[in-house]
Amino acid sequence: MVTDFRSYHAAVLEPAIGPVVLTGPNGAGKTNLLEAVSMLSPGRGLRRAKLSEMVRNGAERWAIAAQAETTSGPCAIGTGLSVENGVERRVARIDGQTVGPAALGGLIPVSWLTPQMDRLFLDGASARRRFVDRLIFGFDPGHATRANAYEKAMRDRLRLLKDGRSDDAWLTALEAQMAEHGVAIAAARRAWSLRISGALRQTRGAFPAAEIALEGLAENALATRPAVEVEEELTRRWRDGRGLDRHAGRTADGPHRTDLRVRHVARDMAAEQCSTGEQKALLISLILADARMQQAERGVVPVLLLDEVAAHLDADRRNALFDEIAVLGGQAWLTGTDRTLFAGLETRAQYFGIDGSAVTPA
Amino acid sequence: MAGNDVERLIRLLSKLPGLGPRSARRAALHMIQKRETVMEPLAEALSATAAAVRICTTCGNIDTSDPCAICVDPRRDHSVICVVEGVGDLWALERANAFRGRYHVLGGVLSALDGVTPEDLNLESLMVRAMAADVSEIILATNATVDGQTTAHYLTDRLADSGVSITRLARGLPVGGELDYLDDGTLLTALSSRKPI
Repeated sequence: MVTDFRSYHAAVLEPAIGPVVLTGPNGAGKTNLLEAVSMLSPGRGLRRAKLSEMVRNGAERWAIAAQAETTSGPCAIGTGLSVENGVERRVARIDGQTVGPAALGGLIPVSWLTPQMDRLFLDGASARRRFVDRLIFGFDPGHATRANAYEKAMRDRLRLLKDGRSDDAWLTALEAQMAEHGVAIAAARRAWSLRISGALRQTRGAFPAAEIALEGLAENALATRPAVEVEEELTRRWRDGRGLDRHAGRTADGPHRTDLRVRHVARDMAAEQCSTGEQKALLISLILADARMQQAERGVVPVLLLDEVAAHLDADRRNALFDEIAVLGGQAWLTGTDRTLFAGLETRAQYFGIDGSAVTPA
Repeated sequence: MAGNDVERLIRLLSKLPGLGPRSARRAALHMIQKRETVMEPLAEALSATAAAVRICTTCGNIDTSDPCAICVDPRRDHSVICVVEGVGDLWALERANAFRGRYHVLGGVLSALDGVTPEDLNLESLMVRAMAADVSEIILATNATVDGQTTAHYLTDRLADSGVSITRLARGLPVGGELDYLDDGTLLTALSSRKPI
């Protein structure tokens, strides 16, 4: 149930497990519904928008409530924007209990693919790093806490450097914090990349097999050396790089600079050199491999939000995607302007028509 | 509506931590209705405390005497100093009745983003206290947050030459806690700091 969210005044949708197809003209509010579902996991949702941007015009706050099927049984999840004394905050409730938004982590993992991600392989490393980290949050809710702690220590260190404080003990203390959390972040990413590589090798049919590699100082070092040594190496580099970092106004190296490299195995090409269509297919391979891995390791299939994905695929791949979703057996939300795109799903999906932010079963 | 004095009282009460305008009005109304049994004793206690309260120049604790009652208590172990962020943390440890040494209140934690520097903290007196001949151990009981741990690390560095042994509180499984409910970070820390039985 969605209240005062984006274009929606109030909308109720009761889909069962399995594919959910939302069709309607441009601007009808299809992506808004996917964004609402994405807010049931921690973070800023699939548009990475500010909380206040999600409020319907004329309203003050928004709310999303859902009944979810989790590994530990059915669960009522709610989240929304609360404004108290002019401070905007995201609130979350699980089975009627108020909890921190981070508690939503691990309840229902959500993965998404949006048209904005079409340039993922071409844009800067930060988008790819975020993509990787989001997939890890689904597995390892502690990853978000570590990432926040690392960012905080890094910002504090940069502030000290910019202010011209050369307090060695303080900087050393912050660098030690950065190293401790940074190595934990890199280790989680490495563990994820090893596991998803296994799942990627099971890619079959119409989607291209992909090979991934993480390129980062700490991730590379962890391949051959124990974590304690890598921590020492990082602190040494940060200590030696203080002058440069002060001058540049940013931290030159560390887990916040890691990049994800993807290769199209059959063409033996880097993802960024592949055609637009192949890049999209590679992304789908990754998302599906992650879903298979979560299913195999945790018995949970993430909710997949696939915005305007069908329109970019040829008929073979479209049908392969539909089959894969059916085999996974979780819930997948697909949007498109035209119902004929989803002909391959036939009676396996539940269809909803969206127009003028009104939802009707179709 | 209430007169100026009452309005002022409500406004002052609403600034207290944990109180908002609504609860401040309720508290004010309650006091006014029980003027003799609640309001007047409270007013006396407030002004008496305001006149008498001191910050201990030795440890930074709040008391009506300086040095504070803990610092002068001869039954307390003078060889151990427990460093805490604030007086609230000191009170928490005292409530637990588990620590018989003395304290040192930092009055905050290092945070470059909030502009809290070592000079803003009660540090120099800690360095002096650490040098005293009878002090053999300093326990760092700062919070397990980034700022708390950065401060602990900083103190370890600054105290390295004092020759005292420096310890920190254990991190891991809470008493009465169930493994099933612990977050991964806590579980990992609990595992890595396990002890032989």
